[in-house]
Amino acid sequence: MSAVHAAAKGHAHGADLTEAGGHGHAESQRIVVAYGFWIFLISDIIMFAAFFATYAVLTDSTAGGPSGKDLFGIGNVALETAFLLTSSLTCGLAGIGAQARNQKLFYISMAITFVLGAAFLVLELREFAEMIEAGAGPSRSGFLSAFFALIGCHGFHVTAGLLWLLTMMAQVYAKGFRDDILRRMLCFSLFWHTLDIIWVALFSLVYLVGVAQ
Amino acid sequence: MSTNGGESTLAVHGMEQGDTAPGDERVVAHAEYAQGIKGYAIGFVLAVGLTCVSFYMARSSLVWAPSIPIALSVLAMAQMGVHLVFFLHITTGPDNVNNVLALAFGVLIVMLLVFGSLWIMTHLNHMAMPMDQMMKMQR
Amino acid sequence: MNLLGKLSWEAVPFHEPIVMVTSGVVATAITAVLIWVLVKGYFPYIWKEWLSSVDHKKIGVMYIMLAMVMLLRGFSDAILMRSQQALAMNAPGYLPPDHYNQIFTAHGTMMIFFVAMPFVIGLMNFVVPLQLGTRDVAFPTLNSVGFWLTATGALLVNISLFVGEFARTGWLPYPPLSELQYSPGVGVDYYLWALQISGVGTLLSGVNLVTTVLKVRAPGMSYLRMPMFCWTTLASNLLIVAAFPILTATFAMLLLDRYLGFHFFTNDGGGNLMMFMNLIWAWGHPEVYILVLPAFGVFSEVFSTFSRKPLFGYRSMVIATMAICVLAFMVWLHHFFTMGAGGDVNAIFGIATMIIAVPTGVKIFNWLFTMYGGRVVFHTPVLWAIGFVVTFVIGGMTGVLLAVPPADFVLHNSLFLVAHFHNVIIGGVLFGAFAGYTYWFPKAFGFKLHEGIGKAAFWFWIVGFYVAFMPLYWLGLDGMTRRMQHYDVPEWRPWLLVAAFGAVLIAIGIGLQIWQVVYSIRHREELRDLTGDPWDGRSLEWATASPPPLFNFAVLPDVEGEETYWVVKRAARERASLSAEPKYVDIEMPRNSPVGFICAFFATILGFALIWHIWWLVIAAFLGAFATFVVFAWRDEHEEVIPAETVARLDRENRASRSAALARLAASS
Repeated sequence: MSAVHAAAKGHAHGADLTEAGGHGHAESQRIVVAYGFWIFLISDIIMFAAFFATYAVLTDSTAGGPSGKDLFGIGNVALETAFLLTSSLTCGLAGIGAQARNQKLFYISMAITFVLGAAFLVLELREFAEMIEAGAGPSRSGFLSAFFALIGCHGFHVTAGLLWLLTMMAQVYAKGFRDDILRRMLCFSLFWHTLDIIWVALFSLVYLVGVAQ
Repeated sequence: MSTNGGESTLAVHGMEQGDTAPGDERVVAHAEYAQGIKGYAIGFVLAVGLTCVSFYMARSSLVWAPSIPIALSVLAMAQMGVHLVFFLHITTGPDNVNNVLALAFGVLIVMLLVFGSLWIMTHLNHMAMPMDQMMKMQR
Repeated sequence: MNLLGKLSWEAVPFHEPIVMVTSGVVATAITAVLIWVLVKGYFPYIWKEWLSSVDHKKIGVMYIMLAMVMLLRGFSDAILMRSQQALAMNAPGYLPPDHYNQIFTAHGTMMIFFVAMPFVIGLMNFVVPLQLGTRDVAFPTLNSVGFWLTATGALLVNISLFVGEFARTGWLPYPPLSELQYSPGVGVDYYLWALQISGVGTLLSGVNLVTTVLKVRAPGMSYLRMPMFCWTTLASNLLIVAAFPILTATFAMLLLDRYLGFHFFTNDGGGNLMMFMNLIWAWGHPEVYILVLPAFGVFSEVFSTFSRKPLFGYRSMVIATMAICVLAFMVWLHHFFTMGAGGDVNAIFGIATMIIAVPTGVKIFNWLFTMYGGRVVFHTPVLWAIGFVVTFVIGGMTGVLLAVPPADFVLHNSLFLVAHFHNVIIGGVLFGAFAGYTYWFPKAFGFKLHEGIGKAAFWFWIVGFYVAFMPLYWLGLDGMTRRMQHYDVPEWRPWLLVAAFGAVLIAIGIGLQIWQVVYSIRHREELRDLTGDPWDGRSLEWATASPPPLFNFAVLPDVEGEETYWVVKRAARERASLSAEPKYVDIEMPRNSPVGFICAFFATILGFALIWHIWWLVIAAFLGAFATFVVFAWRDEHEEVIPAETVARLDRENRASRSAALARLAASS
């Protein structure tokens, strides 16, 4: 191997090689980790698309049962949206806090993000419970199966995100703003923001389109 | 002559000049609070605005009813763009090319899957035997 | 509330002698191996060096070992099927329908998910970091997790033989047969959970390799300086990242139907079973390109190395590869032309399917032009490659025939279809896997495989393949459907006898491959690869020792153009000496970790508990897996340092061998 290395000696690296450009090892690892997580998120989006395609195909398969128009409570959805969107804002602030190694900003923002995310979940679970009690559970029809699976998948991701959030707070508490912890924090914010992006598609194309029929 | 001997050599980054990690913002990298917070705040306000328009649109009679789903889709796409730019810091700069390409690839697949499935299933459903005809064949 | 869910002694098939004997043999073999390992004291070594390894080379080797063991399992199913069909003319044969249905389901499932996938993923894992001039993949620990989750899936499928049953639906579980009403047993659940778990592993691998190719390369290695194998790795793993989520979602929907009474694909309640076919093939078609693209990459390497010429038309190969990658997502309906989407839809997808044959054709011509004008050395890998060109072209042509919807209406689900896909998968994927295995074996283990036995194995395989599958084309045209447990058309029988004989020839080929490994290990000193470059290779993996040290390269290479290693080697030969020794420094490598193995342990228990409805165990296993991750996340030391002296010693050993070889070369000329 040294043969290859040494033969290249004397080749001057232009300014386009970032090693010479002053980027340290930690920064390059940050890029690699975040990019890998980004690729994972793309795959997650495609998984949601599969559930979404199924929902679109089964929207009218109500098997004589209730449809979206009959079931969706827009006020509830508006509240859920407000919670999740604000939690995106506070998550962004938490990210800034982490990068700046500002403990107060980080912990407070993360705590608020958790509360807002949990509130979102509570509203969603309540909606599900009401629907099931009214005989409009997922085993009622294909439409409802698709609805519960799609929205439920998102809710499941939010739940996992909340567990991750708590783990991040614990890690910062235990180990401080170490480079690897910051990388995980970057991945977490990517995850949380992407969940909100998916929610935009969900509230627009599932709930709002549903009631507009 | 640069080598990687002394550092951890796993994360040798690509050849592009100073790629940015997805989700990272160069401003914040240098610990500039105000700039960073401003970005999120603007994004938040825009997103709230678009959300309100969407919710209003769904119930209003101002818009021709059959066009509502399309209007909602457009508003949703706009808001997703706001999130991408202001929250995820995805830009069109050369440092973000890989990030944008990955996203574009994902969007392509999503479009193929969703619209392809809808097209195929609509045709299949249309051609499938109606239930009453099927029942007659059971005798 | 039953502590063991649905599990009871009735799950063990005491009344089926074939299964019980097989179980007995396997149990004895496994116990014997474990005892041997324990007595000889190998366990600490195996734990430290293999089970906890995060080294891409070890993980790649383990993937291929898994694939080969499962090949034997899947092939024994094939022998059972061929012999049953040879016997069952107006007769029941020896395999009852229930059993036969499980066999062809297990055969397909194992071959696709636990032979072909691990084989190509193993090759990509082993080779790509070496070819990119870097030390490991982007996420070494995740790599280990991915492998062990795949192994978990394989284990669960194998357990189904002894405890319970397997699915009877065919390798893709079409509803309504796969729904609870018509498959009330645990068979479909075994299938679904095994594949959901291993699907996670595959997805992790996909993320890993995409990131590695795009972000973790040696300095100076721009995209157009990467070896072709790395391009096909990129395309294949982009497909994994894009397609496997669809599989996960679709199986999740079927699981929801079965476990919680949802109505995605049921006959009643507004379910639409056609949606299953649509979604599963939206995954299924990219899947076959995931399998074949790495094989194409292997052939690019093999053809150029053994023709002693650079690959012909590198840029057009890159474009063709990425075109295949995108087009792979635009043809999936051709798997269900007969489901009735109508002429318009069928025509569009039929045309798209024919278009995708074009970039593949470009590749074939480029490979042929690579050989033309070169000085071809007909080593075993080249035999596999030439065998591939002939066989895959035939299979591809029958594919283009099937792409014509009216023709497909006659041939769908006949043996013609079966012959076609075996033609392209065996001729393409398997031949490519065998070529890559032979080609890179010396790099992995430091000695070559015996050439003569390898060639014999090849000939038995290729002749056996044609004898086994060409009759199936004829039978398909003659009207024989797939998956028949018995039949009453006398004209078919002779062909099925010929096909059975073909299976015997392939069995001999496999036997020869097993003997080849054993013999080569016994005679490894004669077959030793001293320099690390046994084939006079052109890309960077041949610049390392065989096997490479943990850190791959003592100093990361500076890449100046295509085929850097070839250029440097030529300069060294002209000078008759290596270039100067580099300055050795400490190297940081990722620490080994058992998190992958332990997570897989909990995943196996989780899968088993879900299949048998043992809910308390589900929760316990899930908590165990989560705890494992948290414990791992608390780790403080992620890397360990390899001191410069060790690096120097290892590199100097290789330099000495290479200098000696150079001297021998200079003396002989």
